[in-house]
Amino acid sequence: MSLLVKKLIVVGAATIAVGVLIGLYVGSWATSMPQSVAAVRSSERAGTGGNRLTLETVAAIGPKYSPAHPDWVSYLVRSGGRWVHSTIYTVPAHSIVHVTIYQYDGDSGLRNPFLAQVQGTVGGTMTVDGKRTNAIDPEEASHTFVVSGLGVFVPLPGVPEEAKNQCEFAPCEGAAHRTIEFDIRTGSKGRYRWQCFVPCAAGWLNGNGGPMQTLGYMDGFIDVV
Amino acid sequence: MAAEPHTTGAGAAGPNHARRFGAIWVIASLIATPLVIVLVGPILPPGNGSEQASGHVTDNTVLLAMATPVLLLVVIYLIYATIYFRQPRGAALEGPPIRGDSRVQTTWIVITSVLVLALAAYGTVRLEEDGAGSGAGANPLVVPSGPKLPVQVIAQQWTFTYRYPTYGGVETPHLELPVNQMIELHVTSLDVIHSFWAYQLGVKADANPHVDNVVFVKPTRLQTFEVRCAELCGIWHGEMFDHGHVVSASAFNIWIHQQEAAFAPATKVLPPYSKTYLPEPTRRGE
Repeated sequence: MSLLVKKLIVVGAATIAVGVLIGLYVGSWATSMPQSVAAVRSSERAGTGGNRLTLETVAAIGPKYSPAHPDWVSYLVRSGGRWVHSTIYTVPAHSIVHVTIYQYDGDSGLRNPFLAQVQGTVGGTMTVDGKRTNAIDPEEASHTFVVSGLGVFVPLPGVPEEAKNQCEFAPCEGAAHRTIEFDIRTGSKGRYRWQCFVPCAAGWLNGNGGPMQTLGYMDGFIDVV
Repeated sequence: MAAEPHTTGAGAAGPNHARRFGAIWVIASLIATPLVIVLVGPILPPGNGSEQASGHVTDNTVLLAMATPVLLLVVIYLIYATIYFRQPRGAALEGPPIRGDSRVQTTWIVITSVLVLALAAYGTVRLEEDGAGSGAGANPLVVPSGPKLPVQVIAQQWTFTYRYPTYGGVETPHLELPVNQMIELHVTSLDVIHSFWAYQLGVKADANPHVDNVVFVKPTRLQTFEVRCAELCGIWHGEMFDHGHVVSASAFNIWIHQQEAAFAPATKVLPPYSKTYLPEPTRRGE
């Protein structure tokens, strides 16, 4: 075997190896997803089949949950008695799920005030800090929980600026917050995307980049199984 | 272009290839073109869901009819040359030099120029009739006569909503249109560039922030049509997909009043109807 052929084989093998490594890296990056968290079955809620989904929204996820993006706005989900950084939730089909959202972020307003109205929940309403309502002031919106495929649009009012004990990083238990509760019907099996419609990504163009375009922060899936 | 006399091919005493090839091409074109118009034309996209969509079908049929003889010219010549100008096996002959033929070149330039200019004129006329289902900007050159139902299409990351200014400015996440009624769509965006594409209606218009892009469409039959965004606009671009409905006038009246009632709380907080919006806040953004 000539020296030239040996060199070609070495270069070719190295090129293939580098290509495979790049492919694996890109594949790993492109397919990385937050873990899926199931709704909790509980006997506490009469009339909902005991399905509960407990979420919280925070202005900054913090280094504990996201060392790469500690200042990104995010959702978290309650599972096993602790807060988990995930936006993929599993709920049972053809059932009612009681959703509780602890909202720790300040308001920034809706780009489209139409989304200030509650839609698609059982009764077309929600409760905010215990008070039942079917809409909020669009300027007071901090985030939304919208599952378009299920017709669910829920605006989440923000924590007033003057409130004391504002949360800095997740988890925010004990800090000033709003409590939003509502029931949704899940319908047939499938994967439904959900998103926030408030342009809440601070520092990004139109507030719509970064965490607004990244699974695990302000977007996710509802897996109806 | 003509080749040097081919010493090993058909000689000077052979058939008149130009005449024979021309005859084959003309006959094939006379047969194939009407067949294409009659058989293929009716199944061309996007169907006949609206006057504009039917216009697209007509336009596509005209294009296909004009392209058919051109395609046949190329294909038949390829086959003809393969059969009659084939180099004999074993004859290692250098390719003969090719000289220009001004008659052939002139004919080719004239024919292709006529075809292209005719299609350009045809397309311009069709566009000026009613916009052909495409966005015509804020001030369309041609506005169809007669009554029109204005409907605003509002795009945002990542959904479409629709506002009906003649029904109290109600906004709804659903799109329903009355059949046989000229619709004046005002397409705009609240954030980035989107594109409103109602395929079966033959409508496609850019949705740009701070721009009122007007489209005219007249649905001609009861149907369900697809609505999707045709401009890559972020992570959920592929999810900007829904179905709209064309319903009877009476069904539309019932539906729109249901929407007015259902979305009364939202209507209260909506800004006054406007051709475009400068949405606030962007205080978290740059």
